[in-house]
Amino acid sequence: MQSVQLTVNGVSTLESVEPRLNLADLLRERLGLTGTHLRCEQGACGACTLLIDGQPARSCITYAVLCEGAQITTIEGLEDDPVMVALRRAFTAEHGLQCGFCTPGMLITARDIVTRLPDADERRIRLELSGNLCRCTGYVGIVRAVRRVLEEHRAGHFVVAPSERRKLGPVGSGHAGLAAGDMPVSMAVPMGGDTPGTYGEVKLGLAGKKPNIEIRQSFVIARPQTRELR
Amino acid sequence: MKPARFEFVRARSLGEVATILRQASGSAKVIAGGQSLGPMLNLRLVRPSILVDITPIPELTRIEEDADGLVIGACITTSDIEDGRVRVDGLPILATVAAGIAYRAVRNRGTIGGSICHADPAGDWSPVLCALGAECIVTDGRQARRLPLEQFVASAFEVRLEAAELLQAIRIPRPSRSARCAYYKVCRKAGEFALASGAVLLDRERERFRAVIGATQGRPIVIDDARRLLGAVPQPGTPARLHEGATNELLQGAGLPLNGRLHATALARAAAQAMA
Repeated sequence: MQSVQLTVNGVSTLESVEPRLNLADLLRERLGLTGTHLRCEQGACGACTLLIDGQPARSCITYAVLCEGAQITTIEGLEDDPVMVALRRAFTAEHGLQCGFCTPGMLITARDIVTRLPDADERRIRLELSGNLCRCTGYVGIVRAVRRVLEEHRAGHFVVAPSERRKLGPVGSGHAGLAAGDMPVSMAVPMGGDTPGTYGEVKLGLAGKKPNIEIRQSFVIARPQTRELR
Repeated sequence: MKPARFEFVRARSLGEVATILRQASGSAKVIAGGQSLGPMLNLRLVRPSILVDITPIPELTRIEEDADGLVIGACITTSDIEDGRVRVDGLPILATVAAGIAYRAVRNRGTIGGSICHADPAGDWSPVLCALGAECIVTDGRQARRLPLEQFVASAFEVRLEAAELLQAIRIPRPSRSARCAYYKVCRKAGEFALASGAVLLDRERERFRAVIGATQGRPIVIDDARRLLGAVPQPGTPARLHEGATNELLQGAGLPLNGRLHATALARAAAQAMA
């Protein structure tokens, strides 16, 4: 097992992981952030696309251990992002989704187009979206939605925070070796107790962030091993 | 699919990588962005016992520029080149090629060194860098050696690295100002691996006329003097027509699908771009 410190949607977390655990599985299985979807697991379909250090990247072929010290932003962390608010509205209006499986990855890529390529035309939008597969919509609605948001952006309907990158090398990598003072605060959820048969309650999702839905699960702890619940 | 179990270590210096690789005697794999190795691991096509993260090593994201060329550290990403964070004065072809590799989310982590060491024949960097006459700088932590890229690539998915060696950087000689370089890849979908590819360098000032056929069954096919394919002195503005006999001779026995017709087309289109 390897410990890895990440900042997920602004919240610092320290996780003990198997080196082969990909970032998407860490987010989904450990942190309850199921907005990041996994399909092909070979970097082709784009469903798992999220932001690492503010830039889009594949979380299926990026192992969690490679992201020591990185800033991860999932679709859940972009709820109040002005570009994402506009994109969600446009995807709804233009029929940019049907089953919704590709949508989180599509939105992350669409956001990258709007922020990085504000002058993109339809051809460029299609080119940039080529790394995200959708099996429902035929892309027409998605492309129209991105065009709509680009037009809104040019008309000044919202402000885009610049996400310019200066550092060289793979996004998310190369942070390891920070000073000891940068050690993260664990976001471990407090548990009921360590004696057998204790009632516990765990709130799924990230502490401090408002989730889209809130799931509370109550259960009896069979064994006094707190780590099995995390 | 999920990868088989592996151990993980982070190397902080070139010497450390060499030590780890030496101790692992062939069972370790170096990882940087993981955009080629990640899929291979997930599909269990490779099952190393140890993965060595080399991204904390400062030398590997270093860029050096001199009068004759550019040295690009192995951990420089495709999007670093695409966005111009790495200045490639005199080599605009690099940014053009970068923008056509896979997808933005992959380019943000995929490195130039990783792509070369993965040695997928259908990869984009090798053919274009072979055309430019690039060299690989390989280190074992103590000393570095240089070898031309076309020699570094041994065959499909195989490079000439000794057990404790690492690709540290790529050195690209700067062509003259009037030189033209072009790359063309045939694929059905944007960002895909090439079905066939061609790269051409026409540098009349330096008397260098190189052509490369990529997406072969093994190493790229490098034509050191492309004049035998393109005519005596390729002139800009003249339509590029490959010498059919010479092209057929070259592609015969390469075991390419459609007898290499797709590859001949890719090369002809690259030549046409370079001569336009």
